[in-house]
Amino acid sequence: MRSLLAANAELVITIVKIVLLLFIVLTVNAYLTWFERKVVAHIQSRWGPHRVGPHGLLQPLADGLKFLFKEDPTPAGADKFVYYLAPLLALTLAMTSIAIIPFGPEPIRLFGHDIYLGIAPPDLNIGILALFAITALGVYGVALAGWSSNSKYSLLGGLRSSAQMISYELSLTMSVVGVLLMAGSFNLRDIINAQARHPQWGIFGWNIWPQILGFFCFFVAAIAETNRAPFDLPEAEQELVAGFNTEYASFKFAMFFIAEYTSMITVSCLCSIMFFGGWLSPFPASWTVTHYLPSVVLVPFGLWVIMDGVRYETIFGRMVLPVVGAAISGLGALFVVLPSLNEFIQGPFWLLSKIFFFLFVYVWMRGTLPRFRYDQLMAFGWKLLLPVSIVNVILTSFVILMWGAK
Amino acid sequence: MTAPLVVFFALAALAVIGAVSLILQKHPIHSALSLIVVMVALAGLYLLMGAEFVAAVQIIVYGGAIMVLFVFVIMLLNAGVEEHTNLSKMAGAPGLLLVLALAGFVAATVAKSGASVQATAQTGVLSSTKGISEMVFKDFVYPFELTSFLILVAILGATVLAQREKS
Repeated sequence: MRSLLAANAELVITIVKIVLLLFIVLTVNAYLTWFERKVVAHIQSRWGPHRVGPHGLLQPLADGLKFLFKEDPTPAGADKFVYYLAPLLALTLAMTSIAIIPFGPEPIRLFGHDIYLGIAPPDLNIGILALFAITALGVYGVALAGWSSNSKYSLLGGLRSSAQMISYELSLTMSVVGVLLMAGSFNLRDIINAQARHPQWGIFGWNIWPQILGFFCFFVAAIAETNRAPFDLPEAEQELVAGFNTEYASFKFAMFFIAEYTSMITVSCLCSIMFFGGWLSPFPASWTVTHYLPSVVLVPFGLWVIMDGVRYETIFGRMVLPVVGAAISGLGALFVVLPSLNEFIQGPFWLLSKIFFFLFVYVWMRGTLPRFRYDQLMAFGWKLLLPVSIVNVILTSFVILMWGAK
Repeated sequence: MTAPLVVFFALAALAVIGAVSLILQKHPIHSALSLIVVMVALAGLYLLMGAEFVAAVQIIVYGGAIMVLFVFVIMLLNAGVEEHTNLSKMAGAPGLLLVLALAGFVAATVAKSGASVQATAQTGVLSSTKGISEMVFKDFVYPFELTSFLILVAILGATVLAQREKS
């Protein structure tokens, strides 16, 4: 048994990583729904979920249970096989794309193996291309769901979504060419390392400055690719009931939901990695004082949760919130006590902060912007976004040819 | 059997099953889905041979872009279950003959070249993106540019035809 484990160590490590990442991503997904409802509620001067658990923190759990126990009817005349395949496809592809994201620069040394954060091997040379390949297949989940449900709303939603995704995929791919030219590699790790070529520049060394056009195109196209507001025409509820997932109920609906939120996370990861330096700190490398920032953020936040907890209305909240707060503060304190651990979490800390920021921007945009009209959407994609991203490619290549990728 | 061999046979079986299912399915959407399975299985085979770039492009271009258009058109036209006309039934017999001829040709080629028919993993210039781009943009730049010009002409032609329809 022991020798078998040792012989297949790579395989075992990968499987453990996959299970762990699935668990983390699903939990983050669940709390992303809570986060989104809270933020949108506060934008609209409401409270959002606050009945189930303290601050509504158990709402995702209740929603999950509800999805599991709901009746799951299949519409008459539906193409059974495709109808069941579509949500599976959407979820699988969305989850697979997360596997390519690297989450930290340094490997952990455990049981004599270097374990990198992230599932894909660190020398995956087609990194970003593999991601685009998975995104390219992602259209099928939505399109087939719309077609197989045998309902006009679903079909219209599916058609809209395929047209939208085909149109915006072009700009999405073109907009990252500038970044690839600057890094000279498809590998996501190389792309991040290329942004660290001036360690003293900190935030000013990131790709966002030379590639601001590319970032604009990428972010807009990525929002359209994930079918989120203001580009959520495939599920425009005022026109199409719920668009492509009108006929889906229970956990099949939940699968589409999870797929959408997972692609949000992937896009946020990509934005941070390609344009915002990934795990690089925004401060110059010589400012070692900033390495205490994770603790400076976590400890006061934990203390605030404790303060809030002891004054909470319900007894359950008064019991749970202080414990959660103490755990957060304790984690922050632990980083101060253990310098090697503190060094290790610098990369993941910055990457996760940036991902969180982009998730917030996603929700913020949904709470602020009205939906595009369909012809506006098409005109915007083809007549503005695509030309701008092509201009960006030409400009970047010209500059690199003249002065080199400095 | 080694692990790569197992993966090869799994992918090869998937590709063949997809191709057969493409022909046998009655509904155009199911046929299109089978074709996507073939494309993805082929991409897996390329990956197995170390051609990472070609594998990714295979999925992006064929599995993604082109097949999405197929599915999109089938959905838009709301094509129903395939109907058999007298002519299409008659096409079965010559089709079978063609299949046999092709299979015989492939078998003869394999038999003639003996044991040397082996897929080898691509290494060096061909496997890297850089090598491929140097070939496309240096050695074969004129054929490549001519092909893109041809495609541009086709796009313009399609646009002109669509415009005439409207007025």
